[in-house]
Amino acid sequence: MTDLISMVVAKYNYWIYITLMMIGLYAIIAKNNLVKKIVGMNIFQTAIILFYVSIGVKKGATIPILEHGHGPDAHHVVHAVDYINPLPHVLMLTAIVVGVATLGVALALAIRVYNNYNTLEEDEILAQIREK
Amino acid sequence: MKIIGLIITVVTGALLFYAAGDFPAWSDPASPASTYLSPHFIEKTMEETSVPNIVTAVLADYRSFDTMFETAVIFSAGVVCFFLLRISRREDEEPETRYYRHVLTGVTIQLKEGHKMPPSADFERIDSMWTPPDLIIKTGCRLLIPFVQLFGLYVIAHGHHSPGGGFQGGVILGASVILLAISHDLRTAVRRMSEKLIGILCAAGVLIYACTGALCLLLKLNFLDYSALAGILHVDPITARSHGILMVEIGVGIAVLATMIWIYNNISSAGRYRQGL
Repeated sequence: MTDLISMVVAKYNYWIYITLMMIGLYAIIAKNNLVKKIVGMNIFQTAIILFYVSIGVKKGATIPILEHGHGPDAHHVVHAVDYINPLPHVLMLTAIVVGVATLGVALALAIRVYNNYNTLEEDEILAQIREK
Repeated sequence: MKIIGLIITVVTGALLFYAAGDFPAWSDPASPASTYLSPHFIEKTMEETSVPNIVTAVLADYRSFDTMFETAVIFSAGVVCFFLLRISRREDEEPETRYYRHVLTGVTIQLKEGHKMPPSADFERIDSMWTPPDLIIKTGCRLLIPFVQLFGLYVIAHGHHSPGGGFQGGVILGASVILLAISHDLRTAVRRMSEKLIGILCAAGVLIYACTGALCLLLKLNFLDYSALAGILHVDPITARSHGILMVEIGVGIAVLATMIWIYNNISSAGRYRQGL
């Protein structure tokens, strides 16, 4: 029992990201409204961002900006254990901005759908397509 | 559908929960992600690029080819929003009624059947649904926007030494213009930054990035290997890489700034560039 509790506590970042991801996935599959699906897509994306950023964390390390990079104290040895992993931050930095851009495209498509069918409910749109 | 969705979600979640058992514990310094490439980045960035912010160095130097196409993705998202939504007036449509408001007195003039008023400083064109912006919001935003823009420029220019860079600074600059569009109206923002200018800036940002890479190619080194710029900039190859990163970040900033405004303008007015939110 103590093993289980220590495992749950040691890996709590994964439990949070999986829960968020499943909320997003459920919204994408099951929700009827297109805007709710887009919101689900964004929750899914946030879960991935959380996952990546939490992977980069190291105990006792600081943000990946070197201290005393220039100036009189420069040219000292840098130890990798003192700074958190910069790579996930780089990947997520671009992913956040690209996410906003793709959200814009998704909303633009939703506006076009609404102009054509006067509704954003998926079943009503499908019914209208079948009638034609 | 809801039941199937729930089953798929629960099964996927259970698989991921099961797989997470093999993952390294949180904040473990010996986790695989932190032992393969990242020690090289942390220990060598300073001597190879002379940029203290490792994230900026990895983004715009070690992974610059990737970032170039991320910028291209943002650019194409802006173009897609434009092509999906933008509605320009057709010839066969009924000529629209235009409204002009005298700025000082607030008197509104209505001109029917497509008559236009010559551009003057006393009159501004408004929409039929126009409501006067709230004085407190208008004044507050007018005071705030210059500082927001100054901060955006700082974030781009100081991205080498503090958290920041082209993406973040570009979003802040874009947000300042969107703030103008929200606090006043869309017409005011478009008057400050026309659609044509936004389109040109959007493409120019990506072009600056690609041209920096091509310049390195012309100077007989690999694409986006900024140490080739040392001869032009009259600095040593390490500092040239730092300057090359700045050039690229400026390109990214311009592209992101223009795309954010472009997407907002098109979506908030459904492509009509009228009213807005």
